[in-house]
Amino acid sequence: MATFTLPKNSKIEKGQTFPAPEGSTNVRAFKIYRWDPDTDSNPRTDTFELDLDKCGPMVLDALIKIKNDVDQTLTFRRSCREGICGSCSMNIDGLNTLACLKPIEEVKGDVRITPLPHMPVVKDLVPDLSQIYAQLRSIEPWLKSDTPPPPDAERRQSKDERVKLDGLWECILCFCCSTACPSYWWNSDRYLGPAVLLQAYRWIADSRDEATGERLDNLEDPFRLYRCHTIMNCTRTCPKGLNPAEAIGKIKQLMVERQG
Amino acid sequence: MATPSLRSQLGRVRGLGSARSGTHHWLTQRVTSIALLPLTIWLVFSLASLAGAGFSEAQVWVARPFNVVLLLAFLGAGFHHTSGGLQVVIEDYVKPDSRRMIVMLLMKGVCALLWLMASLAVLRVALR
Repeated sequence: MATFTLPKNSKIEKGQTFPAPEGSTNVRAFKIYRWDPDTDSNPRTDTFELDLDKCGPMVLDALIKIKNDVDQTLTFRRSCREGICGSCSMNIDGLNTLACLKPIEEVKGDVRITPLPHMPVVKDLVPDLSQIYAQLRSIEPWLKSDTPPPPDAERRQSKDERVKLDGLWECILCFCCSTACPSYWWNSDRYLGPAVLLQAYRWIADSRDEATGERLDNLEDPFRLYRCHTIMNCTRTCPKGLNPAEAIGKIKQLMVERQG
Repeated sequence: MATPSLRSQLGRVRGLGSARSGTHHWLTQRVTSIALLPLTIWLVFSLASLAGAGFSEAQVWVARPFNVVLLLAFLGAGFHHTSGGLQVVIEDYVKPDSRRMIVMLLMKGVCALLWLMASLAVLRVALR
């Protein structure tokens, strides 16, 4: 059966508190999940108090400030700091989002930060994404075409055909959606999850791709596709405002359509 | 104790390949739910209009061809939808595969028997 409680060695304990420096005026507490694989101890929640008047506006700014000024061992992924790379996805104030796009101001009270839910943790806020990357690889996210491209020219698309890719190509693979999906939590070994299914549809919807049927064949499975029960957490959480649930719905429509 | 698997992530994800099924089940759930909408409304209103009636009056009502056909249709769609819905719950939550198969067979068997019993009851009253 699915397990609903954390195993003993995963129970989160109370951690240290790092108070704000003397004379701080605009103090906010950041409660951050910490786990170090090199010690035998349980995960803990550390509290870092920051002076927001001396910190940038986004949650990522606060994390970088903590790493620079308070605790260098705080571990998290980040790169572009502008919502394009998808590295700093984490659970902030109960919702999966990108730390770089989440204003501290939007959070009321303490800012609680944990890694993406239900993924193995490598350290602190860094989840192990190797399975989900393999799932992305399994849907072969590249153009498949037997027709050679025209010599000295690109493969052409009409404007209407190109419009079908809008709302799909913008996905930055931060996996906020997949890790917000209960179906993915319980069956991630076989269900592909919203992020990967949206990518699958991105290639199914591409007029230049010639492997549509083969792609649908590989998705037609009670677990790979049909674990989606339109819970819509994916759409609610997407920091880029995309709609993976709609993309999955369109795949299901095509499945019915090709039955005749 | 079994040693941890050294199989690659991609190998595990591809697993046994896709089952090439699921669409029929998904569509059946939608079709039966749409069919159950008018059938349920009809049944609720019919039963309400029979309130206070004795067995003989109810028997006359059930025995009308229109009513007996719709009653059987309601039972067929209802139990089909129930077993399809429970199937999804079992697939979601019951692990490992061996236990899932046993629970699934039990559930399908119980649903089929209940459907047959309910249909027999309707027929016995109708053909009395």
